[in-house]
Amino acid sequence: MKLLEVAGLNKHFGGLAACTNVDFHVERGEILGLIGPNGAGKTTIFNLVSGALTPDSGAIAFKGQDIAGLKPHEITRMGIGRTFQSVKIFSKMSVFENVLLGHQFGKGKPSNKKGAKEETEGILEFVELSGMRDARAVDLILANQKRLEVARALATEPDLLLLDEVMAGLNPTEVAQAMELVKRIRERGLTILMIEHVMKAIMSICDRIIVLHHGEKIAEGSPGDVSKNKTVIEVYLGE
Amino acid sequence: MINSRGKWSSPIALILLLLLLVALPAYGPSEYTVILITNILMYVVLTVSWAIFSGPTGYISLAPAAFFGVGVYASAILSSDLPLAMVVPIGGAASFILAYLVGSLTLRLRGMYFTMFTFGLVELVRNSVHWWEVNISGTVGRLIISADNTTVFYAMVATFLAALLASYLIKRSRFGLALRSIGESEEAAAHSGVNVNRVKVVMFAVSAFFMGATGATMSMRWTYIDPTLAFNIQFSFMPVLMAIFGGMGHLYAPITGATIVSLLEEFLTTKFPYYYMFLFGLTMLVVILFMPYGLEGTIEKWRKKIKAGLRSSHETT
Repeated sequence: MKLLEVAGLNKHFGGLAACTNVDFHVERGEILGLIGPNGAGKTTIFNLVSGALTPDSGAIAFKGQDIAGLKPHEITRMGIGRTFQSVKIFSKMSVFENVLLGHQFGKGKPSNKKGAKEETEGILEFVELSGMRDARAVDLILANQKRLEVARALATEPDLLLLDEVMAGLNPTEVAQAMELVKRIRERGLTILMIEHVMKAIMSICDRIIVLHHGEKIAEGSPGDVSKNKTVIEVYLGE
Repeated sequence: MINSRGKWSSPIALILLLLLLVALPAYGPSEYTVILITNILMYVVLTVSWAIFSGPTGYISLAPAAFFGVGVYASAILSSDLPLAMVVPIGGAASFILAYLVGSLTLRLRGMYFTMFTFGLVELVRNSVHWWEVNISGTVGRLIISADNTTVFYAMVATFLAALLASYLIKRSRFGLALRSIGESEEAAAHSGVNVNRVKVVMFAVSAFFMGATGATMSMRWTYIDPTLAFNIQFSFMPVLMAIFGGMGHLYAPITGATIVSLLEEFLTTKFPYYYMFLFGLTMLVVILFMPYGLEGTIEKWRKKIKAGLRSSHETT
């Protein structure tokens, strides 16, 4: 079943075509990878799907409903959570408060104080940040800040989670832990669309991969197929 | 031990403060004290309500004088027909509506642009009222049937309590959390499900409500008002200054800041009427230079030091 379906998506910034006629869909329960060189339009697609940008033309359907042009908070409350390429945590707030905010304003109905506390703590436990509950977010190391951002998105109770380079800047151990986390998120029943440059990660955990170049989709398929694709090797892997 | 004491110290301090305030007109030293405290409370309410919105979001508003003045005028128009207990909330409501409309239009502006706009708003409202009085009603300024000092004082205490309660409840609620998240990253807040514009506009209007209510109360103490008095830009600058001086994190901070600055102002104007502005400016300069996080920052720093000191002395013994 298609959870997200994007058809004929276009977005221009002045003369720059950031996204040209892109079609793709995300199956419920899968992990779909979005790769491509810098400036390929990956984050633009995230911004269009999450409502940060309005498409020039094209359709975005989520659970069968058209969401193109809706506001970010409306899309969040429909069940799409996201993280940011450069972490955007609330640095002066505590780890707990960061996640609580997502919980209070997300898709789920705001529960009473005790319920909210328990659910927030459950999410912190899930991402293994319970021990830093009361620390200020700014004091965490990068890997944990990225985890915190994932936790905040999870707290909004999304069906679809958009992960924008959650592994960038992490050391190999941290990358392995992050991969583990992504797999566990899928086991919770979430669907994941992720942008990633760490090839080892993308190849091992994605069910399918989409390759973008200069705002256009140039390839789509299983990790095995994509890594053998000639065009992909030319523009991205090889050169 | 320290925690359990800390938990009860604020409610106890508040109750003591209230008892003192309630007893003041009957047992206080003089009528002057009642007037002085009314004046201080006016600034406290303006500062506390300014901090409700501007504290967590970092949107520096210079509009308090506009909302205060609207309250003053609402009260001036209605006070001959309605009792004080109704005039004050109506004055607040008028400012709430104005802030809601203005907020909807301007809260997409950020930083300096928002500040300049709010500054301009005061002038716009003041000149509009002035124009109305010159061209439509035909007289500039109006006389007010004022209430006695004790009544005004109690009305101000009630407004103060309401503002304090609102500030406390908002801080504890999900909207308090949302305001802080907006101050850090509006983008991340929106993608966490916060309706950023709505929260900003409503909270801006809530903070304006108490500014209007204060204006409506103060208006009763004056016998005559005109646009220059009601929309005096001082009512914009003082709350900002007092909030910077006191700090904005804890509830006590803007209260203490406003109290000390108004006392300082009162002291300087009476003792050094010729050098008042010079000394006041100098004091503010020193404060901003040496206490960048205000009184609150300094207090919290000392509190941490004392705690650390206690701990280390405990460990050595």
